[in-house]
Amino acid sequence: MSTGKRYVARSKQIAARRLGAETMIMSGRDSTLFTLNEVATVIWEAADGSTPLDEIVAQRVCAEFDVTPEEAQRDADILVEEMKGHGILVVSDAPIAAVTPKRAAQQGAS
Amino acid sequence: MQELIASEARHNIVIEVGGVPVRVHTSDRDFVKLLEKRYAGFVTRPERAEFDFEIDLAATGSDPEADVTVKRDARGWTFQRGDFRAEWDPAARRGRIQQTPNPYSMDSVLRIVHTLVLAGQGGFLVHAASAVRNGKAFLFAGVSGAGKTTISRLAPPDAAVLTDEISYVRREGEAYRAYGTPFAGELARVGENVSAPLATFFLLAQGPENKIEPVDQAEAGRALLTNILFFADDAQTVIPVFESACDFVARVPVKRLTFVPDARVWEMIG
Repeated sequence: MSTGKRYVARSKQIAARRLGAETMIMSGRDSTLFTLNEVATVIWEAADGSTPLDEIVAQRVCAEFDVTPEEAQRDADILVEEMKGHGILVVSDAPIAAVTPKRAAQQGAS
Repeated sequence: MQELIASEARHNIVIEVGGVPVRVHTSDRDFVKLLEKRYAGFVTRPERAEFDFEIDLAATGSDPEADVTVKRDARGWTFQRGDFRAEWDPAARRGRIQQTPNPYSMDSVLRIVHTLVLAGQGGFLVHAASAVRNGKAFLFAGVSGAGKTTISRLAPPDAAVLTDEISYVRREGEAYRAYGTPFAGELARVGENVSAPLATFFLLAQGPENKIEPVDQAEAGRALLTNILFFADDAQTVIPVFESACDFVARVPVKRLTFVPDARVWEMIG
């Protein structure tokens, strides 16, 4: 049943590593390399499949960066759609079962 | 009684790069002589061979400039370009190469084999010059024209140039070691067959003065991944290469080396 929330989770088909403030992501599907900036990295690391996106934005992005909630949500929606389009993020209107690759989870948790 | 079918004489040569000896077998003695000359300094004893390839020489081949394809299936790897087709079963440590009788096809096959061997060991081949000085190895990467050949040409007599084009990096525990390679660029000279612990990975740029600047890890990672040689496109192999590159920039100092193209740049290296 939809709750009106959007949930995001890291794809299984990638490898990710945090290097400094940025996150590098390699798509195993087509070998494309992505770089996430600091804000995108916060969303990426919080994308556990069980935390709604609006909660990530409110509790993580707005708390850590000087940005209005509206602006942060708008940017997060765009970012999530882009990452979904590249196949590196899974988006659903229901909580997503744990899909995080072991390695990415280790890095994200560090 | 005269044998109705004479057994074909086979000749072989073992080419060892980065501590990985590859033996190639052929019925063409002249081709072996050609390889001995091409890989001078990297030919080793037959008993050291870890992998064996049978070479079938074909008189004609097509475009060596065509894109190379590297695919894996249940039987192993297949590498293909206009001028060669190779099959390799890493588990059996054997393969077969069909190619024209020129050493450049052999060069390409060897590079692919080494990238695949290293992919499982935390190492890689990278578009970079490298040299050893005072017991330490230095890598110099950059886009075409950034100065890989120039920095190699300017190396002082007490530095051993490992390559001006394709560097060979192996992981040793938490550190890395660079090896000489026969894979030459514009210098058209094989590297020295020596190795040393890797001290610094330099990103090259030419400019009005010599200077060394720090590079953040993300930029270093992007630069390294841009320059790593890799041919296979399956996730099983691509992701370990990505992990290797990230491990490398987390452990090895990466710096930007801007230099004026004269020998004084080496006063800052080593």
